[in-house]
Amino acid sequence: MQTFHADVIIVGAGGAGLSAGIAVAEQDPSLRVALVSKVYPMRSHTVAAEGGAAAVIRAPDTLEDHFRDTVSGGDWLCDQDAVDLFVAEAPKALTRLEHWGCPWSRAEDGRVQVRSFGGMKNERTWFAADKSGFHILHTLFQTSQRFPSIQRFDEVYALDLLVAEGAVGGLTGLSMQTGEAMVLLAPSVIIATGGAGRVFPFTTNGAIKTGDGMAMAYRAGVALKDIEFMQYHPTGLPGTGILITEGARGEGGILVNKDGYRYLQDYNLGPPDPWPRRKAMEMGPRDRLSQAFWHEQKKGRTIKTSAGDDVVHLDIRKLGEKFIDERLPMVRELSRAYVGVDPVVAPIPVRPVVHYTMGGIDTNIDTATDLAGLYAAGECACVSINGANRLGSNSLTEILVFGTRAGLQAADRARSQVDRPATNWDAQIQASFGKVSGLMARTAGNESIVGLRGQLHGLMEGAAGIYREDAPLRAACAEIAGLRRRYRELAISDHSKVFNTQLFQALELGAMLEIGEAMVHSALARRESRGAHQRLDFPQRDDVQFLHHSIARSGGQDAPSIEHKPVNISRWPPGERVYGGAAK
Amino acid sequence: MNPSPMPVSAVGANALRTITLEVFRFRPEQDPLPSWQTYQVPCREEWVVLDALNYIKDHLDGSLSYRWSCHMAVCGSCGMMINGKPILSCKAFVRDFPDHIRVEPLGNLTVIRDLVVKQERLLANLSAVKSWLIPKTPAAADEPYRQTPVQLDQYRHLSMCINCLLCYAACPQVALNEGYLGPAALALAHRYNLDSRDGGTFERMQATASADGIWECSFVGECSEVCPKHVDPAGAIQQMKLASSLDWFARRLGLGERS
Repeated sequence: MQTFHADVIIVGAGGAGLSAGIAVAEQDPSLRVALVSKVYPMRSHTVAAEGGAAAVIRAPDTLEDHFRDTVSGGDWLCDQDAVDLFVAEAPKALTRLEHWGCPWSRAEDGRVQVRSFGGMKNERTWFAADKSGFHILHTLFQTSQRFPSIQRFDEVYALDLLVAEGAVGGLTGLSMQTGEAMVLLAPSVIIATGGAGRVFPFTTNGAIKTGDGMAMAYRAGVALKDIEFMQYHPTGLPGTGILITEGARGEGGILVNKDGYRYLQDYNLGPPDPWPRRKAMEMGPRDRLSQAFWHEQKKGRTIKTSAGDDVVHLDIRKLGEKFIDERLPMVRELSRAYVGVDPVVAPIPVRPVVHYTMGGIDTNIDTATDLAGLYAAGECACVSINGANRLGSNSLTEILVFGTRAGLQAADRARSQVDRPATNWDAQIQASFGKVSGLMARTAGNESIVGLRGQLHGLMEGAAGIYREDAPLRAACAEIAGLRRRYRELAISDHSKVFNTQLFQALELGAMLEIGEAMVHSALARRESRGAHQRLDFPQRDDVQFLHHSIARSGGQDAPSIEHKPVNISRWPPGERVYGGAAK
Repeated sequence: MNPSPMPVSAVGANALRTITLEVFRFRPEQDPLPSWQTYQVPCREEWVVLDALNYIKDHLDGSLSYRWSCHMAVCGSCGMMINGKPILSCKAFVRDFPDHIRVEPLGNLTVIRDLVVKQERLLANLSAVKSWLIPKTPAAADEPYRQTPVQLDQYRHLSMCINCLLCYAACPQVALNEGYLGPAALALAHRYNLDSRDGGTFERMQATASADGIWECSFVGECSEVCPKHVDPAGAIQQMKLASSLDWFARRLGLGERS
C-alpha cells in the first residue's frame, strides 16, 4: 500500500477538476495538489460538450437577462444567490480561458463571437466551432502542465472518503494499471467527477459517467440534492445516443415530424415564424422539447427507423454547406459517420436522450458540503444554478466558475489546517479495501454485471424517464433495493490486478445502483411537475408544497431518506415560464 | 459465472452479421507471452469494432481489457490496431471490414495488458515541448485578446489533436528512437507557435529543435495519414524545420533571434 500526503486532493480531472487544480496552484504554489482520475484528463467527458459556454459579453445582453433566463429555465428551483454569483463570474471565467489560449470562434474584428442557445433572451454562448468542450478541456489540461505543484494520479480509481470527527481527511484508491492500494491524505478534498447519465440505458454520456464521485460522498453521509432531475436532450442520434448540439437549432435548424410539420407549435412554443428567433419553437428549453417529442410519439407522428427507433427530423439543410462546415463541422462529421446522413442534403434523425444530471452532491454557494473539508463542483454537484432544468451552455461555464471557486475554498481550508493532529485511519482503510478484496475473492455467484446493469437500466428508463408516475416509481424503488441486495452476491471472473476493467465495472455498478435508488425515491416523493421532472399523476407545478430542494440521504444498505431544504428565492418570486409568441 | 444470453434488443432482430474477432491477449500476471483469442460476434449493421468488443466483454469474456469512453471519436481513449492499421475503434465500422477482423494494441507503445498500452510518453512530451500558451504580451485583466478569424485559421487545425496516439503507433521514428518527441507533441508545440497570442516559439525550440525533436522526423507522413482529426503533424513538423533553419541562418548573419 502506498500513502501520499497532499494539501488538496481533487477527484476528477475534467473541466471542474482541472479548474480547481489550477486555481489552487495559482493562488499558492506551496500547496501540494493531488489530481486523481480514473482516466487521463483529456479523456474526461467535458471533451464531448459541443455547443458552447454562456457568459454575458456585450450589450444588449445583461447579467440580469442571464439571471432571469437561468432561473426561469430552471423552473424557479435554482438558488438565486448562486445564480447571481454565477452570472457575474461567468465572463471572467471565459476570459481567463481565452488568456490561456482557448480557440474561441471570432468575429471579423477579432472579438469573441457569441450565438444563441435554447431559452436565451440574447446571444450569449461563446463557442469554439462545435467542439467547445473539447477545446475547453484541452486548454485547461495543457495549462495545468505549467504548474509543478499539481501531481497527477492518472488512472487511479477513488474508492471511499476517510472521515473523522465530521471532517474529511483523504481517500482510498486503487491504481488501475497495477491494482495497488493507495491512500491519499489531505485536509481538503474536492469531488469533480461529473454526472451519472450511465444510470440510464440511452445517454449521451460516455462510459465513465457512472456517478462514482456522487456515490462516494453519499456513502460518507453527504446528501444528494434534487437528484430526481435528469435532463433529456431533445436531439440525440438513434442507436448510439450521440449528441447533436443545440447550436444546430440556434443557427436555424428546425424539427419536423413524419408529416414534415414543425410540431413544436402545438406545445406552447409557436408560432413557427419568423425563424430563427430566441426563446421560441426549436429554441425553447430542453425539457419542453423532449416532452413534446414524447407526445408526438404517443400520437404516432414520429418516424420509425429501420432499426426500430422512433425519431423526428432535425433539418439544417437551409444553412448550406459552407456555413455548416464553418459553424457545425462536428454535426456533419457525426451524422455522416454514425447514421449515414449528410445534413447538407438530408435531415438528421434525432430523439431525446439522457444528457445531464441537474442534481448532485449538496453544496452551498461556496461549493462546500456539510462534511468539513469536502467540496464538490461541476455536474457531480448541485449548487444549485440549474434547478429543475439546466439551460444549454450553462454547464461548461459552471465547471469553470465553481471549479475555480472550489479550488480557492479548498486552498483556504488547507492553509488553516496545517497544525491538525494526525488521525489513525487504519480501520477505515481496512474496511474500504476489504470490500474490494471481498469482491475479488468471490468466485461463485449467480449475478453478473451485465445482468444487474441491464435491469437497473430498464427500471430507470421505465419509471424515471421523460414522464413519471406513482406506481412504476414505487415498483422501481422496491426492485432497485432488490438489485442492491443481489449486487452483494456479484462475482467477477477476472481476479488479476493489472488493468482489471471488470473489477472497475463492478465498482461502477455499485455506484450506479446507489444513485439510481436515490433518483427514484426522490422522484416518488416529488408529487408535482417541474422542469425535467414531469408526473402524469401530478401535472402541475406546486409551489406551496414543493418549492424546495429534495435532499436524499443514504440509508446504508436500506432505502434512502428524503428530506427537504428551502430554495434561495432572494429576489425573483416564482412566475410562469413563458416561451414562444408571448416570450420576452 | 455464465455469460448472459444475447438480448435480442441489443442486436436487433434483423441485419445480423457474424464476424470473427481475433484479439491480442496478454495478461502479465499469468501469460508468459501474448496470444490470440478468437470470438464469434453477431454484429448489427451500424456497429463499430468497439461495439463488438463491448459485446465480448458483456457476453463472452469479461476478462478482456481495453479503454473506451465517449464512443464519438473525441476522447481519444480507444485507439487500436485493426487489421494492422491504427484507428479509433469507435470509428471503425464493421461494415467496412471483412468477416475476419484482427485487433491488436497500438503499435510502438508498451503493452500493459490486452489492448491497453502505456501513454506516459505522450504526456511527458506534451510537457517537454511546453504545449501551453506563453503570452507575447500580458493580458488585460478582464478583456480577451483580439484574434481575427484569419489568425485563428493559422493554427486551428493543429488544435484539433485529441491525443489518441494513433500517430505514435504509425510513426517509424517513434519505434526507432525512444526519446523522439513524436508527431502529436510536436504538432501541439507548433499549434502554440502559430497562435497570434503566443510568444514562446524560442522557448519551445529548446525541445523541439533538440536531437529528439523535429530533425528526427524522416517525413514518411504516416502520422498525417492515420490522424482521425486531420491535424497533419507531418506538415507541422516540416514547417518547424523550415522556421528552425531560418532562425539558424538569421543568427549566423547576426540578425538576432526570430521568434
